[in-house]
Amino acid sequence: MTTVVLNRRNFLAAGGSVLATGVLATGVSGLLLPARAEGLAPTDSMSGGANNYRKGAAIVERIGKGGFWMSGTVRRAGDGAPLAGQRIQIWAHTTEGQEHEPQSHGATLTDKDGKFRLEMPQIIPIFGQPHGHLAYDSGEFKTVFLRPVMRSAKETSLEAHFVLQPA
Amino acid sequence: MKGWQSTRATLIWVALALAICVPIAIAAGSELMAWRGPVYILAGFAGIIALGLVLIQPLLIGGYLPGLSAYRGRRAHHWIGGALALAVVIHVVGLWITSPPDMIDALLFASPTPFSPFGVIAMWAIFTVALLAALRRRLGLRLRNWRIIHIPLAIVIVVGSVAHCLLIEGTMETVSKAALCALVLAATIKVIADLWRKRALRSSSA
Repeated sequence: MTTVVLNRRNFLAAGGSVLATGVLATGVSGLLLPARAEGLAPTDSMSGGANNYRKGAAIVERIGKGGFWMSGTVRRAGDGAPLAGQRIQIWAHTTEGQEHEPQSHGATLTDKDGKFRLEMPQIIPIFGQPHGHLAYDSGEFKTVFLRPVMRSAKETSLEAHFVLQPA
Repeated sequence: MKGWQSTRATLIWVALALAICVPIAIAAGSELMAWRGPVYILAGFAGIIALGLVLIQPLLIGGYLPGLSAYRGRRAHHWIGGALALAVVIHVVGLWITSPPDMIDALLFASPTPFSPFGVIAMWAIFTVALLAALRRRLGLRLRNWRIIHIPLAIVIVVGSVAHCLLIEGTMETVSKAALCALVLAATIKVIADLWRKRALRSSSA
């Protein structure tokens, strides 16, 4: 039974890559974005991700008094190479302020492995879901807004991952 | 016999009051209140009260509330329908003031939250019923035609409101919220089943 499933999946994957190669080989985008042929697809912005965004949040050691960890990775579309020194903006409705308020916003940079981690106040449910907002909008790559949702309002950390494509 | 009837009447009214007031009281004690502004709190409670009004509506029109004549029940149903539309307006305007982009996303069906479309659809159904009810005489809608319009919209309102409410993670406590939603569904099913039975009786006797 398992082999049948695997065979089918392999078959679909092989068919998909043949199709993708064909499209990229014939299309102009294949010449402009050779990295995409390798497979790691760029992250799309999530709906509502840009809500209450404030341009140019400062890079901070931590937002407010902390107690909650927002972390994630930033990689390049196609080959998945980690992107160091990328500025990620983070904001949320927390115990210390509403989403739109300046003290709820901050930014951090990715390390050499493309990882980022910023301490912030505890996120609490707003508009029916406990969620955070993250943005990459430095211009070198296409802007991406994310809106991850916590599995439970009691959690004290949240992750979001970016795969960026050239702007 | 009479004593039992008045006890029963009192029990029904007390049960209704508890079904609506207990969820509101527990929500008022939610720890989330500490981190919300007054407009957001008002908007949230307008939503909870609206759900309570959705429970009263089928009970009134079905004649299940003791001490109210059919005429009074219909009048009250009318007024509470207006109050429901007003509560929904306060809910939406309050949430719009709290976070305009989130409310605009919801109204445009572009929101990431799964409960939003249910709420927006229920809202339009409520506004439609309220408008038609206000214009019913002018439009010359007879009871039969009115029911053909109102009953499907009432089902949309009930199902939409219950789904909207259950999917939200907010100030309402889970068990009291689920109980209120179950009562709303039960009251709606009962009133529609009774209407159905009456119609079947009428057509068989005719």
